Amino acid sequence: MDAQRLLARNSFTELNARARARALLDPGSFRELIDPFERLSSPWLPRQGIVTQADDGLVVARGLLDGAPAVVLAIEGAFQGGSMGEVSAAKIAGSLELAAEDNARGIPTRAAIVFETGGVRLQEANLGLAGIAEIQAAMVDLRRYQPVVGIVAGPVGCYGGMSIAAGLCSYLLVTREARLGLNGPAVIEQEAGVGEFDSRDRATIWGLTGGEQRYRSGLADRYVEDDAADLRQALLDCMREGRPGRCRSERTEAFLASLAKIDGTRPATPADVATAYGKELRA
Amino acid sequence: MQTLAFTFPAAAPPRGRALAGVVASGDLEVLLEPASDARITIEVTTSVEGMERTWAALFARLFAEPTRPAVHLQINDFGATPGVVGLRIAQAFDAVAQED
Repeated sequence: MDAQRLLARNSFTELNARARARALLDPGSFRELIDPFERLSSPWLPRQGIVTQADDGLVVARGLLDGAPAVVLAIEGAFQGGSMGEVSAAKIAGSLELAAEDNARGIPTRAAIVFETGGVRLQEANLGLAGIAEIQAAMVDLRRYQPVVGIVAGPVGCYGGMSIAAGLCSYLLVTREARLGLNGPAVIEQEAGVGEFDSRDRATIWGLTGGEQRYRSGLADRYVEDDAADLRQALLDCMREGRPGRCRSERTEAFLASLAKIDGTRPATPADVATAYGKELRA
Repeated sequence: MQTLAFTFPAAAPPRGRALAGVVASGDLEVLLEPASDARITIEVTTSVEGMERTWAALFARLFAEPTRPAVHLQINDFGATPGVVGLRIAQAFDAVAQED
């Protein structure tokens, strides 16, 4: 990106969740549901001496995409690492379920999810995990009618159970700043040793789990510049394309066959992964 | 975690409400809503304990004169400095002033 473009762009990763939802929807169509003033916050965090956020870090925005009814679910990564608690997960799952109900009644409501999350909120344990399972079930239901588009912009990335949710999307958009993985770098190092994965090595982290690599290896569908207008355009393009023939999670056989080709006796390099997965795994 | 409450005299209430900030490390969330009884009431929930005098001094400086509109402020603080707190409160008051 040259200096002029850098100055002209509107960085998406620097926006908070509410501003992100507003930037993605058609101008002037943003309307928030269960807004912060309804104070639907976590009942569990105060009992553990942790300050809550009034919206539990989750923005539910109704509005339009290309003039068609839409809902954008934006996770606030700065609050508790974007973790999914009982309330925030229920806000996503409930919204997706209502969008599917709309479609069953002939209203073509589509959904986009802005993932910025470390996964389940450990302080809410099983309630968060159950919530993530509900999100995943609702995504699989809704994507039968309309594309469910995921965006991982960064800087938090998308991890844990929510990385599985990202894998269930009809389309997944990533930026260079994005990271996507089931386990975070520190967890991998702790479990497998520093020889397997050095969590202090940023080049390794982004080289293997960054947005560009995930796109190169077919685990994301579009690699987008960190610009709010570019991300909105990519989102609209996906919606116009309509539902893919088969979602990524319906093409597991090809992924498993590629995974079997990787030499497990030594740590894989980014090039190994890109070669093994590669373009043939694209929809 | 600690909860604190403050009250100050105020002018007429604004029409709108406003939100500023995020409960992130070193930041805070301010929810501003109009109040009916010519007072500013403040409810602070903070992750940092034992800073009552700092909060009291900051609010006394901001709200000593009853010129600000009557509002209820809910503050969810995650270790913000007094400077950041002042900026977020100013941001919330600015947002409702622009609506009026």
